[in-house]
Amino acid sequence: MPWTKLQADAIGREDRLPYDGGDRRLTYREAIREAQYQAMEIDPTVFVMGEGVDDPGGIFGTTLDLVKEYGRDRIMDLPLAENGFTGIAVGAAIAGMKPILVHMRMDFLLLSMDQIVNHASKWRFMFGGKQNVPLTIRSIIGRGWGSAAQHSQSLHGLFMHIPGLKLVMPSNPYDVKGLLLASIADEDPVMFIEHRWLYDQIGHVPEEMYTIAMGRGRVIRKGTDVSILAISHMVPEASKAARILEEKHNISCEVIDPRTLKPLDEKVILKSVKKTGRLIIADFGWNTGGVSSQIASMVAEKAFARLKEPIRRVCLPDTPTPAAPALEDAFYPGAKEIVRAARRLCKG
Amino acid sequence: MYKLMLRLRLFEEKIVSVYCDQDMKTPVHLYIGEEAVAAGVCANLHKEDYVFSTHRSHGHYLAKGGDMKSLMAELYGRTTGCSKGKGGSMHVVDPEVGVCGSTAIVGGNIPLSVGAALASAMQKKRHVAVSFFGDGAVDEGTFHESLNFAALKVLPVVFVCENNFYATHSHQSKRQPHDHIYRLAKNYLMPGVRVDGNDVLKVFVTAREAVRRARKREGPTLIECRTYRWKGHVGPDCDIKLGYREQKELDRWMKRCPVKRFEKKLVNEGVMTRRDVERITEKIDREVHEAYVFGKESPHPKAKELLEDVWK
Repeated sequence: MPWTKLQADAIGREDRLPYDGGDRRLTYREAIREAQYQAMEIDPTVFVMGEGVDDPGGIFGTTLDLVKEYGRDRIMDLPLAENGFTGIAVGAAIAGMKPILVHMRMDFLLLSMDQIVNHASKWRFMFGGKQNVPLTIRSIIGRGWGSAAQHSQSLHGLFMHIPGLKLVMPSNPYDVKGLLLASIADEDPVMFIEHRWLYDQIGHVPEEMYTIAMGRGRVIRKGTDVSILAISHMVPEASKAARILEEKHNISCEVIDPRTLKPLDEKVILKSVKKTGRLIIADFGWNTGGVSSQIASMVAEKAFARLKEPIRRVCLPDTPTPAAPALEDAFYPGAKEIVRAARRLCKG
Repeated sequence: MYKLMLRLRLFEEKIVSVYCDQDMKTPVHLYIGEEAVAAGVCANLHKEDYVFSTHRSHGHYLAKGGDMKSLMAELYGRTTGCSKGKGGSMHVVDPEVGVCGSTAIVGGNIPLSVGAALASAMQKKRHVAVSFFGDGAVDEGTFHESLNFAALKVLPVVFVCENNFYATHSHQSKRQPHDHIYRLAKNYLMPGVRVDGNDVLKVFVTAREAVRRARKREGPTLIECRTYRWKGHVGPDCDIKLGYREQKELDRWMKRCPVKRFEKKLVNEGVMTRRDVERITEKIDREVHEAYVFGKESPHPKAKELLEDVWK
């Protein structure tokens, strides 16, 4: 398989990632497109399916013009039948294909929970490892402009709960390419979650194909007073907060990007918490029963004695997403809320 | 096909006879009475063709060529089981002969078969995919979504509805405004055929045409096989006492036993003798007994296997 070497190369590459060193600048959306383009180039079993994947907008540009290169058989528009077509993708994966299924809005994905949770995630286990489902499900979280309650949801917490699913949430162009290629290469189902507000981010992205190993978090910024674990779009918010905290409040923050929530790199989190003794978890999922609760309980179980202060979470309040700009402002936390949480923690 | 049907029957009768020992700890949904469907359809399939089954899985698994010993061991939750004891009766698999798995979510396997057909078409293979499902699955959205997609893409798939008239205990007439499942195919521009599901020859001939069409890339077919479940929805017993169906109805269908009917026909037409029937029965009895001993005597999985096979 063309993927084996790529995956093997991922290990060891981790510590010398050229995030800022290179000069090949791509946006996050271009990096996604490039990963899919290259995957289809080397492996004829890879194909993209989803509602509108071949339309002129190309899923916010992430599948733009791929149909010109690969045709409608491999950039496959679908009827509006989410559970059905997810099952079709699962069946194709069982029979030797590597589908990439795309949901323009993560909210639509809920219609396919049966096929994701009851079928894809369990197919390997239920059959004692004799079957597997190499399926990548891309879904996109929206935000702002009054997107409201059904066009904005961050539902990663639901999937972290389910054994058998991998959960990937890249925060920058370099990672999104490497992790998407890793997801396509993976022999099991991967929930690949993108945040639309990251799409215009620009960063170095090597032209060559590369994968990033699952379950390897990354320290974005080193610090000594507070650890901030930030997920996806919260990573740039946390970096911004860390700069403000250092410049204005003399608080040194360590920012960690887990990159994949399942498998989760517990080591990188615990190591940082043991150093700083303070932890903020910044997520744009809901706080109740969410990813942040899971990570907080993990840290409490494994490093309680090293915590100097209670764990703080900066997440969404227990309410659906509102439409009005004034309410959106109150709903979404960001750098400001992280700064506030860090200052409170460091008051002692 | 006679031997095949008899294997399914005797295998499940063995389950009935040993289930009360309380050592086979898995909910069994028995196929007794419906054997002609799996046998008639699978007799048309190649080893490489794909079959996706349901909670009532034993018949499909055996008819497609699945290994009997591994199936029995799976029912006993042993590590030698086809799913290493992780699936039980409702989740059986034998990839070597195209048994791709079975799901206990009604209608869940239908899109999987369409996906396998899509893979076959994209890979320019000649494999055909088949899903077996009950009349209950026709209530589900996945049935309609799958037929729509398969017709749209002209995929090599055969949809086999085993209409046994009951979804658990609810009669079809309580769930559907009509009694013509096969005609739903028309909405999706594919042939829909109704057939006596207790007549293995009729099932065979109907499925032969559907499989031929699929293999020639002429598109999908829906076959409605009208048949009947002798046992309860789940478990080894008859459930007439529950009161949702009548003894008369069961008697009527038992008189049309698919195995006996075909046996009579073959004997009357001189294809085989009574002595042949006895010989075949003895041979299958021995095979079933060996499978039983194999299952019972196989080792249980170790606790550490619990965390294996979640992902690679």
